[in-house]
Amino acid sequence: MRSQVAFGFLAGLLLANAALADDKVVKIGNLDDMSGLYSDIGGLGSSLAAQMAIEDSGLTKKGWTIDVVGADHQNKADVAAGIARKWFDEEKVDAIVGLDNSATALAVSQVGKEKNGVVIPSGAASSALTNKACNANTIHWTYDTFALANGTGKSMVKAGGDSWFFITADYAFGHDLQNDTTAVVQANGGKVVGSVNVPINTPDFSSYLLQAQNSKAKIVALANAGGDTTNSIKQAHEFGLTAGGQKLAALLLFISDVNALGLEVAQGLSLTATFYWDLNDGTREFSKRFSERMKNHAMPTMTQAGVYSSVLHYLKALEALGGNPHDGAKVIAKMKELPTDDPLFGKGYIRADGRKIHPAYLFEVKTPAESKYPWDYYKLVATIPAEEAFRPLAQSECPLVKK
Amino acid sequence: MTTSAPSASSQAPARRSAREEITAFVVMTALFAAAPLAVYPFFMMQALCFALFACAFNLLIGYVGLLSFGHAMFLGTAGYLSAHAARVWGLAPELSILFGVVGSTALGVVTGALAIRRQGIYFAMITLALSQMIYFFCLEAPFTHGEDGIQGVPQGVLLGLIPLSNPWALYYVVLTIFLIGFFVIYRTVNSPFGEVLKAIRENEPRAVSLGYRVDQYKLAAFVLSAALSGLAGGTKAIVAQNASLTDVHYSMSGEVVLMTLLGGMGTIYGPVVGALILVAMQNYLAQYGQWVTVIQGVIFVVCVLLFRRGVVGEIAHRFKLSL
Amino acid sequence: MFAALAVSPQALFGQLLLGLINGAFYALLSLGLAVIFGMLNIVNFAHGALYMMGAFCAYFLLKDFGLDYWYALVLAPLIMGVVGALIERLFLKRIAGLDHLYGLLLTFGLALIIQGVFQNYFGSSGLPYAIPPALSGGRNLGFMFLPNYRAWVVAFSLIVCLATWFMIERTKLGAYLRAATENPTLVRAFGINVPRMITLTYAFGVALAGLAGVLAAPINQVRPLMGADFIIVVFAVVVIGGMGSIMGSIVTGFVLGVVEGLTKVFYPEASNTVVFVIMAIVLLIKPAGLFGRAP
Repeated sequence: MRSQVAFGFLAGLLLANAALADDKVVKIGNLDDMSGLYSDIGGLGSSLAAQMAIEDSGLTKKGWTIDVVGADHQNKADVAAGIARKWFDEEKVDAIVGLDNSATALAVSQVGKEKNGVVIPSGAASSALTNKACNANTIHWTYDTFALANGTGKSMVKAGGDSWFFITADYAFGHDLQNDTTAVVQANGGKVVGSVNVPINTPDFSSYLLQAQNSKAKIVALANAGGDTTNSIKQAHEFGLTAGGQKLAALLLFISDVNALGLEVAQGLSLTATFYWDLNDGTREFSKRFSERMKNHAMPTMTQAGVYSSVLHYLKALEALGGNPHDGAKVIAKMKELPTDDPLFGKGYIRADGRKIHPAYLFEVKTPAESKYPWDYYKLVATIPAEEAFRPLAQSECPLVKK
Repeated sequence: MTTSAPSASSQAPARRSAREEITAFVVMTALFAAAPLAVYPFFMMQALCFALFACAFNLLIGYVGLLSFGHAMFLGTAGYLSAHAARVWGLAPELSILFGVVGSTALGVVTGALAIRRQGIYFAMITLALSQMIYFFCLEAPFTHGEDGIQGVPQGVLLGLIPLSNPWALYYVVLTIFLIGFFVIYRTVNSPFGEVLKAIRENEPRAVSLGYRVDQYKLAAFVLSAALSGLAGGTKAIVAQNASLTDVHYSMSGEVVLMTLLGGMGTIYGPVVGALILVAMQNYLAQYGQWVTVIQGVIFVVCVLLFRRGVVGEIAHRFKLSL
Repeated sequence: MFAALAVSPQALFGQLLLGLINGAFYALLSLGLAVIFGMLNIVNFAHGALYMMGAFCAYFLLKDFGLDYWYALVLAPLIMGVVGALIERLFLKRIAGLDHLYGLLLTFGLALIIQGVFQNYFGSSGLPYAIPPALSGGRNLGFMFLPNYRAWVVAFSLIVCLATWFMIERTKLGAYLRAATENPTLVRAFGINVPRMITLTYAFGVALAGLAGVLAAPINQVRPLMGADFIIVVFAVVVIGGMGSIMGSIVTGFVLGVVEGLTKVFYPEASNTVVFVIMAIVLLIKPAGLFGRAP
């Protein structure tokens, strides 16, 4: 018994002093919705993207040991927090990526701060991650609700849609998206005539769509994602929403959603994204390699591209530090120091509030006639330069930003 | 027609000796006390909270014969109340947990008064429906933050002395809470009050004809069960530092039934063992995703068909112990 | 009047009609549950999972065999009936003599298994199932646009419900079924194969669930969890209607759908809870349910 106590004490000491000398051992965890509403947006594709980033970084050849583990957070913040805590405490995971559900991302970001790990959400949208809820252990990659509002929201108001009705997923993401878009709508002279909160995973939107139709708003905005979005769009067609003169604004739409809907139903929808597989040679090259290894040969969504890009940059920062210090804040600081450059998002950088900056694009879904080959879904309508795409630093309420 | 309630053997219990009982209790305490040396403390704390929850649930099904399919409402409501008290009002952990217990007790009184009018299937259905009402209330109420849940609950300092952010301190506090709850149940079951409960389970009309106010006894047991479930829920909120909809969903009610069934309904230690097995399974098989649900389903089916006494029940039966 | 209620007639009628459509599903599903409970005294928690399997049957019939919706309407219930018979033979028979609560636990476990297996193979996101071309489109009723398919759902469910009620309450077969559950020994003494009747009854209840699944497939996406949250509401409907009463479940199903629709107009946040509130009230006043016999 006594030797057990002694051993336990020693083990505890060693674990507590995890700040060992810098080594070349890295463990990355992809925490995603693997089986639910958002599983096609991130899920196993994100794990693949992380794996490809590790291979492309060339660090394994230089003697580094880099592992990826994955887990399913089932869209539950408490499950995500529990897994994150266990990963940081027990399994020596250094960085958690993926996180395509804003509630889980916010919860894991807190855990990351507590345990001094690295947290890089690629899938989560809530702009709160770099606003009120920012911290020194988190970098928000790919996109956020502000970028979506600024892109799709602004363009639709300017095109004449001055009355809006929101159908909102009833959690952090939906509320943030609605708030950010409302701000943009009102700033551009429009008004919000009504909204309704819907629990995620709702299969039947008929009564909410009916309310939207009765509101006579010019734009019916869907502040939801994944399966919820595709359901709302399909049922909107069933109930003749667009035939009745109203327009649908799918504020967050991924290529996997368009694939699920089919161009017949999805044509004409406007969307904002920061990555499209067919945008340029760099994106095409990556996407071809990705789809070959992906089940169903799907093309990468912007979330999956974001995981690739974030892991690549993370490893770059570690290499620049000469080893893995197992100190989250230190690595994040290095990541903010180095400019980013990859074939997927082009040149960019990371701000003090943890926001990754790169250009955003306004797309429109092609009609079936316009689509010439598989996954040829989008046409580029406008490019939003990096400096305009995200919330200006001056407006940020993040305590890390020195005013 | 009285339906005989599902419980451990209705045969005469093995002769109990004080020595046996004290041994069992000491063994359990010692195992739990030493556990954090070998097992991840956070996981053990969760297991302890669920063990307490299952013991509280077992009070109803094992000793009164009432299958509640809505017990999650007590766990979850107390969790939300404690989380809110700690985070928004900044109360000390012991006060937050107490607040949670008060809440779940009050809920127990109200729902109990409605539910105990019926028995058997109808009782189960009512508790399920009431629990769903609570679920939807928690979904809509602003203070619970719906799908996001209450995050970042501070662990604080217990009684102004013990900082709960220290995992070892927190563990032993949780263990103490568990032991207290366990002891309350133990004393309740082995008391004249407990004997009346068992009499009600075995043959309610006869208990009525003997002059016992059966409804009052059932309500008292229900409220006690609700209070202790609340204790488990409040503690869990402080340990996990969050409260979410998972804790009020009916699948949580299903899980506590499974824990008790697997461990052994109507045995004292059964729910503890059942909770441990289930939490371990969820933890170590987490990478297999939905297979965990399938395995849980298989355990349910196997237990109902072949293994109704549960793990501890079988052991007790084999070795003629009273557990 | 509508001005006084501060709601437009459009909104009201529209939600009422949608409520009626939901009510059709409630009625169909609670019918199966009521049949099973009324006849076998089993609370079939697996009903939601079996409803989901019915929808998946339709999906696979189309995808792998090219058999469209109209074939699925007939084949899926038949397939599900066989599944039901298997479940009854393999599992439910073994616990026939025990406390009814074990039936609840067993079927709950079966539901977990079925849902878990499907979730593993199909994930949680939905699989698409198109509305059959003959029923697509809709008509503008003035106060709302009613898709043809949804109108069909109401009509068809009503027919099936009434046909079932008729069969059980008014035909000889139904009389045998009812007798077999009330007094199996006596009925067996008359030479009727009671165990087979029981298997058939369970299979029939499951077939009804499967049929509801086929009806639901074009409306909702075909998802492994499509039955899971629905099932609790259906239980409430059955309890309100009276757990053994066929007509009770049918009427209550439709009425509750409409009540839910009304709540969505006046107090949307409570629309999920209203069914349970009503259930609590009914249980207090008339424990056997609105149409039920005393337990």
